[in-house]
Amino acid sequence: MATGQASLPPLDVTRAPEGGEVGAVQSGWRLALREFVRNRLAVVGVGILLFFVLVCFLGPIFYHGNTLQANLINAHNPPGAGFPLGTDINGFDILGQLMKGGQAALEIGFFAAFVAITIGALVGSVAGLAGGIVDTALMRITDVFLSVPFLFVVLILAVRYGASVLSLSLVIGGFSWQVPARLIRGEVLTIRERDFVLAARTAGAGNWRLIRRHLLPNALGVMIVNVTFQVADAILAVAYVGFLGFGLHYPNVDWGDMLSDGTGFLTDGYWWLIWPVLTCIVLTVMALNFIGDALRDSMDVRLRRR
Amino acid sequence: MTAYLLRRLGTSIIVLIGISIFIYLLLHAIYPSPARAVLGLRANNAQIAAWNKENGYARPVIEQYLSYMNALIHGNLGYSYSNNQTVASLFQERVARSAYLSGAGLVLAVLIALPLGIFQAVKRNSLGDSALTSAAFILYSMPVFALGLILIQVFALSFPLLGFEASQSTSLWTVIGDWHDMLLPILTLTLISVALFSRYMRSASIDVLAQDYIKVARAKGLPERLVLSRHMVRNASLPMVTLIGLSLPALLAGNLITEFLFNYQGLGLLFYNSLGKEDYPVLLAYTLIGAVFVVAGNLVADIALTVADPRIRLA
Repeated sequence: MATGQASLPPLDVTRAPEGGEVGAVQSGWRLALREFVRNRLAVVGVGILLFFVLVCFLGPIFYHGNTLQANLINAHNPPGAGFPLGTDINGFDILGQLMKGGQAALEIGFFAAFVAITIGALVGSVAGLAGGIVDTALMRITDVFLSVPFLFVVLILAVRYGASVLSLSLVIGGFSWQVPARLIRGEVLTIRERDFVLAARTAGAGNWRLIRRHLLPNALGVMIVNVTFQVADAILAVAYVGFLGFGLHYPNVDWGDMLSDGTGFLTDGYWWLIWPVLTCIVLTVMALNFIGDALRDSMDVRLRRR
Repeated sequence: MTAYLLRRLGTSIIVLIGISIFIYLLLHAIYPSPARAVLGLRANNAQIAAWNKENGYARPVIEQYLSYMNALIHGNLGYSYSNNQTVASLFQERVARSAYLSGAGLVLAVLIALPLGIFQAVKRNSLGDSALTSAAFILYSMPVFALGLILIQVFALSFPLLGFEASQSTSLWTVIGDWHDMLLPILTLTLISVALFSRYMRSASIDVLAQDYIKVARAKGLPERLVLSRHMVRNASLPMVTLIGLSLPALLAGNLITEFLFNYQGLGLLFYNSLGKEDYPVLLAYTLIGAVFVVAGNLVADIALTVADPRIRLA
């Protein structure tokens, strides 16, 4: 009966009939990412982290600072010609050392976090799923490890098994798994009551398959937030160990080690030995803390702006 | 409540036993005996074995552990061969100074963080609050030595106001009176704690401000400062009680870096020196006592919160 009438405009499914746009349904991860990007501090944090990763790992390809050959004539040069950030007591170029130290710090940070989250996920998911006496025993063991004074034990082990990226990562990660274990156990306790877990069980899934395919993937949000903070804490721990003089030594470089050499000259006015390294450590840890906080806020549905 | 406390105490004792076993076994695996340190590098295996047998290091590990624990309970913490004195006497020389440093830091931190948190909550999202929150965040992300170095540079080197090395005196009264040298180490510890405390104080105060009884107090016509001092302080301080309890381990541990940086002859510096010398009896005793402090700190935090917060008592 619409003869001679102008045709209606094409049906636009993205606009509701009365005002306001109706967005297409987005997955949970997209929403979390959107919230994350809205947080300006987080974007700054990601930027700083990317900067350090790029400079420390790709920098040495373009910039060849002398970090291996002692060059005592040029020792203790302030920043100037040929040495953008000066030289240290052995004549090594500070910028080159910063890059190598950054590589070590980031490698140890990420590897230690990986070790911690792996052990934590294992302990937490087994404790949460099994329940009963296994749960109690594992939680008591976690309590015991939580009561270990972290810095002391890490220092003692670092002195003895010293000074390499691998051993430091294992030592730090080996005493940092308690918090992720607790968090993941809490998540697993909640998730295992859900219907899809019941459905999976009915379909014949064994415990390990449940953990691998259903429980841990749904606890991923909590795990990612925790990993970020673990990396920050691991980099701090390496800085502490290095500052006390028990970190990596020549030919490897460690930010804490550079700082420990530099503080001997605090009263001599050799500021380039101290402040650049300190700034790097503080900026990296702060960036990771920003990212971790923003991730935690973006995973929390109650804080979503909608 | 007594049932809960008894259960908590029981759990703590079990954890203490577990952790003592773990730490003893760990240190035993690393340094099985101080024989090599005592006899020197040239000693041959027979001499080492004889020394071990004579001093009880050849017994099975369990027996060594039990006799060590027995001695520990009776106050005998072992003997330090490098320093040629008993570990207990080494600790006794230094414990007062370490306790003063940490205690002063803690007390000052609470005194500053309490009003600071309340101020931040009352003037929420204002310029002062944002500035303080950012400052707290930066301080919180900083390692302890970073803050110490900045303080030394600003207050002792660029503007020579304070000393950059802590007081070396062995008398506690001299140390307490020497604020020129002690202010920077104490300030380092204080600022780190304030960063943590004020965050919790601020969020707890914001929660309290939203409560009905604050509204009633204001409606009654109570001046604002009485509302804050009479109602808010007590209720917002509850998380602080837990935090203070959890800071007890730091009375031993956290000073390690500060004492190292300011060369303060306390327990932390003793630990650092023993690390370098591989003085295993001192390390073992120190780590065990550190673990005891951690467990005790958690227990005190739980008990104090149960006592302070009537809402928990009935649970």
